Amino acid sequence: MRRILLEGLARGPLTESAPLPDDAALAEVAASVERAARRRLGRSLSIREVDAGSCNGCELEIHALNNAFYDLERFGLRFVASPRHADILLVTGPVTRNMRQALERTYNATPDPKWVVAVGACSVDGGLFAGSYAVVGGVNAVVPVDLHIPGCPPSPLQLLKGLLALLNAPSGASSQSL
Amino acid sequence: MALLSDINLQGRPVEGHRPWPRLVVTSEVWRHLANELATGRVTLLGLWGDAGASCSVHMALIEPHTNDIAVVSLECPDQTFPSVGAFHLPAVRLERAIASLYGLEPIGAPDTRPWLDLGFWDVQHPLGARTPAPDTRAPYEFLPVEGENLHQIPVGPVHAGIIEPGHFRFTAGGETVVRLEQRLGYAHKGIKSLMAGATIERACQLAARTSGDSTVAYGIAFARAVEAALNIEAPLRAHYLRALMAELERLANHLGDIGAICNDASFALMHTHCGILREYVLRAANAAFGHRLMMDQVLPGGVANDLKPEGVIQIREAIQRIRGRLPRLIELYDNTASLLDRTVGTGIVGPDLARQFGAPGYVGRASARNFDARKAPGYPPYDKLEFTVLVLTAGDVDARVWVRIREVEQSLLLVEQILDRMLEGPIAKRLGSATAGEGLGLVEGFRGDVLVWVRIDGGRVAHCHLRDPSWFQWPLLEAAIEGNIVADFPLCNKSFNCSYSGHDL
Repeated sequence: MRRILLEGLARGPLTESAPLPDDAALAEVAASVERAARRRLGRSLSIREVDAGSCNGCELEIHALNNAFYDLERFGLRFVASPRHADILLVTGPVTRNMRQALERTYNATPDPKWVVAVGACSVDGGLFAGSYAVVGGVNAVVPVDLHIPGCPPSPLQLLKGLLALLNAPSGASSQSL
Repeated sequence: MALLSDINLQGRPVEGHRPWPRLVVTSEVWRHLANELATGRVTLLGLWGDAGASCSVHMALIEPHTNDIAVVSLECPDQTFPSVGAFHLPAVRLERAIASLYGLEPIGAPDTRPWLDLGFWDVQHPLGARTPAPDTRAPYEFLPVEGENLHQIPVGPVHAGIIEPGHFRFTAGGETVVRLEQRLGYAHKGIKSLMAGATIERACQLAARTSGDSTVAYGIAFARAVEAALNIEAPLRAHYLRALMAELERLANHLGDIGAICNDASFALMHTHCGILREYVLRAANAAFGHRLMMDQVLPGGVANDLKPEGVIQIREAIQRIRGRLPRLIELYDNTASLLDRTVGTGIVGPDLARQFGAPGYVGRASARNFDARKAPGYPPYDKLEFTVLVLTAGDVDARVWVRIREVEQSLLLVEQILDRMLEGPIAKRLGSATAGEGLGLVEGFRGDVLVWVRIDGGRVAHCHLRDPSWFQWPLLEAAIEGNIVADFPLCNKSFNCSYSGHDL
């Protein structure tokens, strides 16, 4: 183990430099997120991931955000185990009818101020699964969404760009502090 | 073979079902087969309903020694069929799903509670009569547990992690789990109903999103089923490209799992390093095929895109990097006593249970079940590639880790063989003029064998059944955790890594 740790020190980090926030995401966030809420939350945000019925593809790429290349925590973003600790709900999937109540309860258990980020093509409008007897539709059909990150699934880089938009104040704060 | 000829005596073969036979049987033969399943002479590959021209139930079977496969069908004009679960427990959940989705009643079934239908749909029997759901439904009853000083821990459907939704009801005596009961279906999207009447193209996209982590395996299984139904064969290069993607998918998932299992024993170092290796594979896949998970790359008739030249370089680089790092990580796993203390002897699945359930993938191969669909029944190009299948007997978390480690090593060899031996040529073939037929595909995904059965009619998908390996793994997790401590559940669960979405459909 010691050798692996020493090698890691000598090799230097694999972590890649931060991408610029996604423009479309910045615009959407600017429109939906109150400035007061942003100020109160500061720069450290806790994320609770909720799979509302996805195929698990989005989960794989959300997991990848924690690997050494993307290292989400360096931005002050971290995943937490309980909605009661969360500022952001990161919701994937078309919302299935079987998950609707659980999603509502998770939303209600999350303290204000809070944001909902819908991840993946299905989360927009149900995607490929829209129209099924078992699917409600997109995340917006159940809880209010502040930001959509499309993609099937979005790559970790796309996820990062979307989430970084949240860290930028909605109107005019610089992205240089990244 | 004796069994299959038995059925031949009493069954009516169905024309146009490929590559294995399908027979319509009487309820006597059906019951006889249920008995044969119980004795272990045949293994259950799948059991599903069909609301086609006449209501029926289908059962896919494989003989363990010959690897002969057959589908048997029983017509159920009175909406009932003799329960297989009454004789053979692995069929129980499948029959509960048939009852909930189709309204077909398994007579004599030991458990008649709904499955997948959690009481939130507007309709009941959505794939059958599709009647409006009743206004009030009886609450779901978990199995009773009796004894002193027992307490229950309900977990989910929203879990404390980046995980799919499902409900686990633990009953514990102190720290020890006395019973785990799963309740699944939260990710049910109604894929079968969306498939019915869909174009082959759309059905292929749906199949690729049945379980995102196995999108390549589902793609191949669906493609093979459609190709069998329409009686065409994909070009040789397509077979190699499919296998290349399948092995990259296996590498990425196994590497992720090995790290994640260790992480659930709080050994984050392995998780970090395996996560890096996993990322190398995904980036190589992206360079080679333009998508990290290689979604929508497999199509009936072949593959969507040929391998990009820079992808070949990146794949070879990824292999070298994994080869360079993996041995030390294996050594680290093997030499860390505190980690082995958590994995060795934890969550044991006995060989008998693994055989009875036809446990797919690493769950079976860690418990003495020697089955890998790439070897037998086998499909191209694996017949032209050299690889070995490791089977262990301990059946614990540790054994499931080791099976994955050895499969990573084999997949590295396979990827190299594929890159070395693949010849230039067409990558897809037109589906041709045939517009009807039935086909079965059985493909070894990273998790185990994925079964897809399809009926094509008028050039569209009339019926498609997708059976995830998890159907025969989830129940074994209930058995594996019994007598273990609650804190070891994440470890056991991750060592199974069952799919929720693939199971819930």
